Amino acid sequence: MVQTVASPEPGSVVSIVRDQHIEAFRWMLLARMLDDKFASLYRAGKIHGGVFLGRGQEALSVSIGVALQKGDVFAPLIRDQAGRFAFGEPILDAVRTYLGSSLGPMRGRDGNVHRGWPREGLLPMVSHLGAMISVVNGILFARRLRNISGAVGATSIGDGGTSTGAFHEAINQAAVEKLPLVLIVANNQYAYSTPTARQFACRNLLDKAAGYGVGGHTVDGTDLSACLAVVSEAVRLAREGCGPQMVVARLLRLCGHGEHDDAGYVDAKLKQSPFGRDCLRVAEQQLLQHGWADAQTLELWRNEATQKIEEAVATVQREPAPDPYQEDWRALSSLHLWEARPEDSA
Amino acid sequence: MSITYLEAIREAQAQALSQDPRVFIYGQDVGGFGGAFKATKNLAREFPGRVIDSPISEDAMVGLAIGAAIDGMRPIIEMQFADFSSVGFNQIINQAATLYWRTRVPCPITIRLPSGGTSGSGPFHSQSVEAIYAHYPGLVVMTPATVEDAYSMLLEAVALDDPVIFCEHKYLYYHLKADRLPTEAVPTGKARIVREGRDLTIVAYSAMVHEALAVAEELAGEGTEIEVVDLRSVKPLDTDTVMASVARTGRLLCVGEAWPWGGVTAEVVARVAGEGFGLLDAPPRRLNAKDTPVPYHPNLWAAHRPTARSIGAAVRDLLRL
Repeated sequence: MVQTVASPEPGSVVSIVRDQHIEAFRWMLLARMLDDKFASLYRAGKIHGGVFLGRGQEALSVSIGVALQKGDVFAPLIRDQAGRFAFGEPILDAVRTYLGSSLGPMRGRDGNVHRGWPREGLLPMVSHLGAMISVVNGILFARRLRNISGAVGATSIGDGGTSTGAFHEAINQAAVEKLPLVLIVANNQYAYSTPTARQFACRNLLDKAAGYGVGGHTVDGTDLSACLAVVSEAVRLAREGCGPQMVVARLLRLCGHGEHDDAGYVDAKLKQSPFGRDCLRVAEQQLLQHGWADAQTLELWRNEATQKIEEAVATVQREPAPDPYQEDWRALSSLHLWEARPEDSA
Repeated sequence: MSITYLEAIREAQAQALSQDPRVFIYGQDVGGFGGAFKATKNLAREFPGRVIDSPISEDAMVGLAIGAAIDGMRPIIEMQFADFSSVGFNQIINQAATLYWRTRVPCPITIRLPSGGTSGSGPFHSQSVEAIYAHYPGLVVMTPATVEDAYSMLLEAVALDDPVIFCEHKYLYYHLKADRLPTEAVPTGKARIVREGRDLTIVAYSAMVHEALAVAEELAGEGTEIEVVDLRSVKPLDTDTVMASVARTGRLLCVGEAWPWGGVTAEVVARVAGEGFGLLDAPPRRLNAKDTPVPYHPNLWAAHRPTARSIGAAVRDLLRL
């Protein structure tokens, strides 16, 4: 292992901040490199369906996963690979779901970002924006009914998702019930191709927090140090009983909506603005400036990430695809209520 | 002692709350107020903290129920009217109905839908939406027609591991009475032959069962024996019982209060035509509401939905073929 330049006192505040930053950076790096791998596999025709990257949103996303603990709930959205890793999702889950392995959590029944383990607190998203928020509310509500305290539920949404009725109903519901919900809004300037000016008319999305009566926080989504501090503070407040917290991060999506989209609509001026910075580069600079890593260490981490990704992809490529003849074609868990239709056996 | 259909629903919920600590009720005005129809009367007092008022947010109400079910609870959601379930539609069909299939984690939620027409209720408080939910894989759709079924099927709904759309008919709330609550129940998925007959089968469910029975009674005086089948649940749909009845009578009329395009009656007729064509002595027919929103005025309303009169006319017509 390469020695990093500075070594603060173990257990000191500096040491905790440093370790957290390093952990977060390494998940960001792995997420970015895995995303790049998925993009290559997509272009090579190896992935059925869409590929959705988190490029430019890793600092914000990873901060959620880092701030959450075992027993918490996380409902990620499409650009949350970094947060998923930090929350504990194995790399094989991601690769198996994208490549349609029958051994993955979704067994080929759903793909790409639609994966999770509901009972382990990692919720598999549906595509309807805002719909996961009230489901997180429900888990937190159920815990309260059973007098289980201390858990936080976090979920991500974009600027476009804040326009949905589901978003409004759910954040209002969480506020009425004072649930320990942390809602992370990635204002990445575009919902698919629609700019924020066509999405909302308030000056700042943060104004909505006051309207709902929930805590509001704002952060530069390109700055890992700031994201870690602000998101962990929001999670702390929620955990301590201060009710729902909404974090609005400003950043720019550095890719298309999906890999099918060349994002030609993105305003060049935004790309040059401070919010157009690449959060991974910023985080890397922060590491170097603090002396928490040097070029050699960064190279080592990259190599380790490459190895993990290549191993996972090689493993999954040898795994069986789902077999329609083995599929039970049954959507109810109650076997006695399932109607076998004559055409099924035809 | 007598008990109404509505009281049976209240008693079933009281029973579910008392026997299973995982059960709670969430909906608009269900708490201290006892619900718009008083289906949760006194339950908030009897079960403190477990009968909870929600904001007017059908989407978030269902979403919360799904999350609670994932965490091991068995929520009952009361929609104030079936018509408003359209606002929670997305959570019902995209989240609740798909959860088990996607993740192998069941979604035991019961959504109570005060359904169907009553005089003076108009387009937005009268709808029968069972066919919409039955269309989606992953849901059970119950349509009880009797006090006994309202009680026992609601208890069964709460005990099931799958999401249940429980269509309780508002017209039956006060009109239908039984002497006592049942101690035994026919399981969901089994239709019931409510009246035996040899000349023609009427398949119905929910409030239409009683219109069909009135017709059967009337025609019995003319020497015609009508068999009436109560589907009880429209999903699953007990094709075997329907087919066996049609095998005896050779004639089928399927009656539903919902709209005519597609739906439960079309499904029944399609199954009988497709799987039991040779059993039929006449074309299988169906009778539904008119293809317009449900009207407010009693004169219009009475002509909009099938009644004993229109069913009787359809039966006589079919018997001539």
